[in-house]
Amino acid sequence: MNWRKLCCMWLMLCTVTWGASKYAGWMQHVPDADRTKTNPYAGESEAIAAGSKMFADHCAKCHGANALGSKKKPSLRTPEVQQATDGEIFWLLRNGDLRHGMPTWSSIPEPSRWQIIAYVKSLGESSADTTVNRESK
Amino acid sequence: MNKTLALCLFACFLAVASCSAQEPPYFVTYTHDLEEPGNLEIATKSVQGNPKYANPFISETLELEYGVTAWWTTEVYLAGQHTSNDSSIFTGYRWENRFLPLLREHFINPVLYVEYEHVSAADKGLLEVVGHDSISDFLLTNDQARSKVEKSLEMKLILSSNTRGWNISENFIMEKDLNEPEPWEFGYALGVSRPLALAASGKACTFCLENFAAGAELYGGLGTTDGFGLQATSHYLGPIVGFNIPRGPTVSFSPSFGLNDNSLGVIYRFTFSYEVQQLFGHFHGSSR
Repeated sequence: MNWRKLCCMWLMLCTVTWGASKYAGWMQHVPDADRTKTNPYAGESEAIAAGSKMFADHCAKCHGANALGSKKKPSLRTPEVQQATDGEIFWLLRNGDLRHGMPTWSSIPEPSRWQIIAYVKSLGESSADTTVNRESK
Repeated sequence: MNKTLALCLFACFLAVASCSAQEPPYFVTYTHDLEEPGNLEIATKSVQGNPKYANPFISETLELEYGVTAWWTTEVYLAGQHTSNDSSIFTGYRWENRFLPLLREHFINPVLYVEYEHVSAADKGLLEVVGHDSISDFLLTNDQARSKVEKSLEMKLILSSNTRGWNISENFIMEKDLNEPEPWEFGYALGVSRPLALAASGKACTFCLENFAAGAELYGGLGTTDGFGLQATSHYLGPIVGFNIPRGPTVSFSPSFGLNDNSLGVIYRFTFSYEVQQLFGHFHGSSR
């Protein structure tokens, strides 16, 4: 096997690995014990109001004031996020997704993190078309 | 010249004072919280001291901290000081980088820290205490001290945990003078802090408990490779309090008390910081 073939195979392997890591997503790393955690504040209006404040302070800078995201930062109103369990989102806030730019938020106390999740879940889903329309206005 | 420098430092302080940020309340201790990617934090760190047998001083350090990625933060420091009955001088600069080697949160989270320092012996910022740093360093006049410029490499192993609202951080510091064959110097910093409330209030409020954090910080020297230990070293312990003004600046204050005769009696530390969010988004125009 000559060097050229070897380089081509290596490049292909890198591309496949990179593609797999990019699209596999953080959700597959969530342990089952974390996935099933429940939000003690789920649906509480007081917690949603508090989560809204925390969201504005910590999350809106990247995900937008309306949580619709921006060019490089994902919307939090997609079905993927809205249908994720509270435990999965809680795991993401604690661990971040450092390779893709999401920092860890373990410095925010646990109750406040649950409040943020209560707020994000209260937003509901929004389709990509709606996102584009709202952004263009 | 001195007045000009003092005015420049004051102008920097005012410029920063008009902005805002989120910041843990430590002054010397680092945690594993890095700057968020794309954000620039501008901070001033002030130290006021009145050493025995020396003139009172106030040191001002301007800090620019940028989050390059979620696992890499880089910072530049510009330092100066004013000593009563003496002068105001620029004392040097530092460039530091912090890296998170583990991409998940653990019970103890390590951070690797590397810094290049180009500061004169007149620097009184006390950003760390290493080796045999002591009160005698403050006896030199600015003219005597500024002529000795130290180019050094500083490394830290930062260990930090966030659990049940508490942050507990331990830093082990190593410093090496690059222009003279001096031994490695060692130091440490320990910090514990907690927000005064773990859950946020549902109402908009400035003085809610969750906006305040309190704790304590202990730091000092651990000698050198020629004499490792606590002999002839200085140590400080103090309470700390931080106030995150909602969508505004973060203000922190600490009186640090010297724990032995090699330490200054009391130093007062004050930090004012502001975070410019998504810096290059501002330059390129927001996509939102």
